[in-house]
This record gives sequence, structure tokens and C-alpha cells, in this order.
Amino acid sequence: MHELSITQSMLELALAEAEKVKAKKVGKISLVIGEMSGVVDEAVKFYFDLLSKDTIARGAELNFTRVPTKARCRNCEHEFILQEFNWVCPRCRLSSLEIIAGSELYLESIEVEQSGNQGS
Amino acid sequence: MEIKVLKNILGVNEQIAKENRGLLDSKGIFALNIMSSPGAGKTSLILETIRKLDSEFKIGVIEGDIASSIDAEKIGAKGIPVIQINTGGACHLDANMVSSALKNLPLDTIKLLFIENVGNLICPGEFELGEHKKVILLSTPEGDDKPYKYPLLFRIADVVVVSKTDLLPYLNFNMDNFVKAVRTINQKAPIIPLSAVKGLGLGDWFSWLKGVLTGGKRNA
Repeated sequence: MHELSITQSMLELALAEAEKVKAKKVGKISLVIGEMSGVVDEAVKFYFDLLSKDTIARGAELNFTRVPTKARCRNCEHEFILQEFNWVCPRCRLSSLEIIAGSELYLESIEVEQSGNQGS
Repeated sequence: MEIKVLKNILGVNEQIAKENRGLLDSKGIFALNIMSSPGAGKTSLILETIRKLDSEFKIGVIEGDIASSIDAEKIGAKGIPVIQINTGGACHLDANMVSSALKNLPLDTIKLLFIENVGNLICPGEFELGEHKKVILLSTPEGDDKPYKYPLLFRIADVVVVSKTDLLPYLNFNMDNFVKAVRTINQKAPIIPLSAVKGLGLGDWFSWLKGVLTGGKRNA
């Protein structure tokens, strides 16, 4: 359910960035989402269609880059993808880890069309 | 034309959370964000804490629920200032909701503020509220494997409370396995087993609370 709030914030952010360059349309929105956030792409798309329909982002393509949950061993500094139920360093077999990726939730870029007849 | 943005999607929430934190600090209020699954015992723990500590630290409560005001009524019945937030379907509190609630609480009379989040082990982890510490509750019937399934919350916890320990004789919950799972990704948070209803282990919870209240504000 937090996809609704996340989609709303994402859309507002994308529209604010588009406004800065006086865009007339947002064609594509690229998002980076960590696995730990539990965000479901389909839910974001669903809410996006609903929320964006009266904005210049209507119909924009959503591009998702998923970041796997990655850990670094505090003992031997080995970095590896964290699997559910396998929280052991594959190199030294110790279980003291620091999670270094997987909670990302950011707007990477947008593609916009600008109005052609503006002199500036 | 492509525009590089590279901005946190929840940046606005984080900005409001910072403002909430500033307001709380200016009033000398210490705030805890309490997160757990539904039914893990957040309200029971808050009620027991009120019973024991309200005379010492004036307590206020923000209750987050999808619907109903049952929890707020229980707390209000104790004469404690309480604001109910009904999220109307949203699975978490956000900083803006807390900001509105703060406007309606008698901030000058409160020293310790409990923000009881909506019951959910995933979504609340994404939304900073302006709190000083994050409290994660896990009740023993939920199982000792939950940190593996919900690493986000257990990773950000400042303290992990294991509730309903009175039920341990009837369950397969293995405390050592649970502690090991939490410790793998969170080396710092104290783990406090207790039963609010039976009054077990509450002393450790109260000591942790008093510790952060008297010394923790600066380094929170």
C-alpha cells in the first residue's frame, strides 16, 4: 500500500523537475528501487496511471531499476547479495554484516519534450 | 531531452520530518516511533509505560490506525493527551500526518511522545516522522525468522522489543535464533524480551527508556 504515497511523491517530484525546464510532456520516468523497500512495480504503474491522468506526465513510460539487497561482511569485507535465510558471509562464514544496498528509492531521471516555439 | 534528477522520492517527507524534529527539540520532547505488525502489542506496551512512568515523564501519544479510535480511547481513558490519526487506508504514518497531529497536542506539557505507527512490518520503515528513536516490536507468535523477511525494519531499529514472552512455552520461537538474525544486520540495538500483560521484563524496557530520555537526546 505504500506504493500510493511513493507514487504520489514520485509524480510530484517529476512534475517539479519538468516544470523547471518548462516541459510540455514527460515521456519517461526512471526509478531506482531497492529490494528491501518492498515496492511492487505493478502497483506503482497502477497508481501512476490514476494520479497522472490530468498532468503532463500522462502516459509516461515508467522504467524500474531494481537494486538487490547487498551486504558487506564486517569481518573480511567481502561484498555479496543477501539472500533470504542465508545471512552468512560466503567467504569467511561469519554472520556480522552491514547492509550496503537495497533500500534505494529515488528518481534517477526523466525524459521530457520541451515546447518548440519558446525563444529562450 | 533527458534530465538527471537523482533525488530521493521521499525527500519531501524527510524535509517535513526534519521540521517535526526541530519542533520537538524546541519543546524538549523525546519522541519514539513504535513499529510492528498488527497485534504485536504496541498499545499494551504504551499503556504499561504510562502506568509506570507518566508521573515521572509526562507522556503524550499519537495513535496511527487505518481506521477506528479504539486504541486512542484506551489511552485517553488514562487521562493522557492523545491524538488519533486515521490514515484512511494508508499502511503507514508519514511526516505530514505527524506534523498535523503535533499542532493538536499540548506540547508544553509533554516530555515523552509515543508515535504508534500503523501495524505493518514493511512500509513504516520508509517514512521518517521526526522521531528520536525507532522501536521495533516483534511478538513471539510471529516467529523468530522475521528479521530475514523484513530486514529493512530490523536494520533501522534503535531497540528491538520481543513481546508476549509469556507465550514462549507454547510456541516454537527460539530466542537465540532471533537474536542471531537481528545481530547479523544490526549490531547495536538492544533486544528486550518482555510481556506487557504479565509484567515480565518491563524493568529492562523502562531502564532503556530512562537511559535515552536522560542521556540520549544529543546523540540520537
